[in-house]
Amino acid sequence: MISLAGRDILHAWGKFVFTGFGLGLLIGVTLSMAGIYRGMVEDAKVLLDNSGADLWVVQQDTLGPYAEPSSIYDDLYRGILGVAGVTSAANATYLTMQVRGADSDVRAMVVGIAPGAPGKPGQPPYLIAGRYITRSHYEAIADLATGFNIGDRIQIRRNHYTVVGLTRRMVSSSGDPMVFIPLKDAQEAQFLKDNDAIVRQRRRTAANPAFNRPAVPGLLDAVIASQSANPYVNAVLVQLAPDHDAQVVAETIRRWKRLQVYTRTQMEEILVGKLIATSSRQIGMFLVILAVVSAAIVAFIIYTLTMGKIREIAVLKLIGTRNRTIAAMIMQQAVGLGVIGFVVGKIAATFWAPHFPKYVLLLPGDAMRGFIVVVLICVLSSLVAIRIALKVDPAEAIGG
Amino acid sequence: MKRLSRHRRALALIAVLAPLAALFAYAALRSGPLAPIPVTTTVVTSQSIVPSLFGIGTVEARYTFQIGPTAAGRVRQVNVNVGDFVRAGQLLGEMDPVDLDERISAQAAALEHAQAEMQAAGARIGDASARKTFAEAQARRYDQLFAKQVVSAEAVEAKQQELRVAQANLLAAEAGLDAARREADRISADREGLIRQRANLRLMSMVDGLVIKRSAEPGSTVIAGQSVVEVIHPAHLWVHVRFDQLGSAGLRAGLPAEIVLRSAAGGAMTGQVLRVEPLADAVTEEALAKVIFDPPLATLPPIGELAEVSVALPALPQAPTAPNAAIRRIGGDLGVWVVSADGLRFAPIRMGAHDLDGQVQILEGVQPGENVVVYSQRALDAHSRIKIVDRLPGVAP
Repeated sequence: MISLAGRDILHAWGKFVFTGFGLGLLIGVTLSMAGIYRGMVEDAKVLLDNSGADLWVVQQDTLGPYAEPSSIYDDLYRGILGVAGVTSAANATYLTMQVRGADSDVRAMVVGIAPGAPGKPGQPPYLIAGRYITRSHYEAIADLATGFNIGDRIQIRRNHYTVVGLTRRMVSSSGDPMVFIPLKDAQEAQFLKDNDAIVRQRRRTAANPAFNRPAVPGLLDAVIASQSANPYVNAVLVQLAPDHDAQVVAETIRRWKRLQVYTRTQMEEILVGKLIATSSRQIGMFLVILAVVSAAIVAFIIYTLTMGKIREIAVLKLIGTRNRTIAAMIMQQAVGLGVIGFVVGKIAATFWAPHFPKYVLLLPGDAMRGFIVVVLICVLSSLVAIRIALKVDPAEAIGG
Repeated sequence: MKRLSRHRRALALIAVLAPLAALFAYAALRSGPLAPIPVTTTVVTSQSIVPSLFGIGTVEARYTFQIGPTAAGRVRQVNVNVGDFVRAGQLLGEMDPVDLDERISAQAAALEHAQAEMQAAGARIGDASARKTFAEAQARRYDQLFAKQVVSAEAVEAKQQELRVAQANLLAAEAGLDAARREADRISADREGLIRQRANLRLMSMVDGLVIKRSAEPGSTVIAGQSVVEVIHPAHLWVHVRFDQLGSAGLRAGLPAEIVLRSAAGGAMTGQVLRVEPLADAVTEEALAKVIFDPPLATLPPIGELAEVSVALPALPQAPTAPNAAIRRIGGDLGVWVVSADGLRFAPIRMGAHDLDGQVQILEGVQPGENVVVYSQRALDAHSRIKIVDRLPGVAP
């Protein structure tokens, strides 16, 4: 027994299916836009997850290290290790720059990590190929998104690094893939000027009579050596013992070490609420408009579909079909169209999402919400159509 | 006819919708958060590992001879250039002696004068001696005459007095000679001193070596202790290496080392740890060591060139070993994900030594033969669905 709606759909199934496909692509775009928004927020959170830290210790009065520049001395972590509740603390540097590969360069966030066992703060939490850094210089772990492979030689400033490990989804808050290198190299990379600038700086220092004094032969060398050292890092990443409250430890460090400390919640607030606030609101606004436009288009399609059948409806009324049957037919068709549209949209979004340059996160929850909204819009717009269909005069079937 | 047509339409509709539904099911279950996580696994094996240390350093000369004046002065000449090989005792340069030569001439003249004084003093002794001999004879003669009552007592006493005067004059003349001799000695010693000082202005090489620096040119003024020329011993080069203090236990003299110079990346040279410095760098948290080239290099690398040094430590006894990529940190504990028939289990471990290839000895927590997760597409938890693959998607073979 096939329903009235089914019969009607079969009557012009090609038109119905193609309308559903068109609608589906529109819903797919909306779902992708939601995915782009989610991906943006996720990029910010994944940055915090991947650092493996419970607390971020940065320069006073800064929102560092991600949202603002921060620089603190690289031996401060020793004092922080002595604070009760701290199980490990490690220096970290962050620098976004172009990393040169064999024949191309990639925009990447270069992260300097303190050498040590995997699981230390700053170390990537898991790898997808290769190994962790074992040498304290000139090895790198790159994210898959950089396009580098194990064994590749990459250039950061004037030093060459061998890629020994690959990660996945290690990105900065702006979506740039990360490249991890040993801390001492990173400190140098952050500070090191090009060779020409170094030579010029040496010459300038030598020309300064205050530094180049005949009576003090070693002074010039000492000044140049101190000019080309970098004892700074951007942040100290701290891991806490499970039974210690992050707030309490943070307050202790803030008070006695005279440094700014952020907990995970505060850091998330900074990243999501401040760093990506404008761009995510931009995407969010666009998402709202897209959703409204999609809803309007769905409503129009269903309305015009019903209007196209107004003559048949009049015939149905003429032969004495009950209003309930006609209303059910229209609503079933509308919901059917919505379901096809959603299915096509979800498939489309799933298949094109990985091709976006930045991360697109399609949450099942979002898909469920999208499905409910689509069905709801279909029902609402079919109600309008039903109202018109029921008001139609059966005489139109003959008269028109 | 119409029934058939409707059937055909229904079939066509199903033909379109069925693959759509299948694709949807695939999209919902095989991608996104519900999809199984691809992982690779490995079996924990019991093996011995050779831990190594990796450090970087610079090529340095073991001995640097800084040759310069011991007093402030002006450089008169520099005879060698950077890159010259010099022999021990070779004259490298000379400081301006100012008036030193003239003072030596003056001392030579003064010495001659003193020698003349000595001759005069000798002559005076002869004179005094003659006078004394004559006075003695006179005194004796007058004594005999007085015994015969020929001369007065007064005359005898006068001769006695003359004799005593002559004796005193002789003593004075002898003392004069002594004084003149000592004066000559003094002047001679002064002159010797000046000649030594003059020699000290000549800058000589202490060893057979290579000139690496010429820091002053003729005419420039240098202060005491400032070097004019620097010479090294080319056969004695070493690498001043800095090792991270983490895991540097076991570093000791005599261990074999592999040295890669920045200019010859890929071509490793052999070496040996000469000594580990008793003083570590407290600021950079590095242990310092000197590594020598063994055998010594035939061609000299530039002093100051960067070198990467790997030192192999003695092999460790066998223990369960896994790649370091297998280690995860969950809830503050380090451990590995063990794959068993029941699913995933997180096993906390205690790590031992590791080598430079990323193999880690696991002292506690897993047994050889257990299967552990090495790489995973996403972070795992105990409820993750996993799919074991040879290589994760996206990773080049």
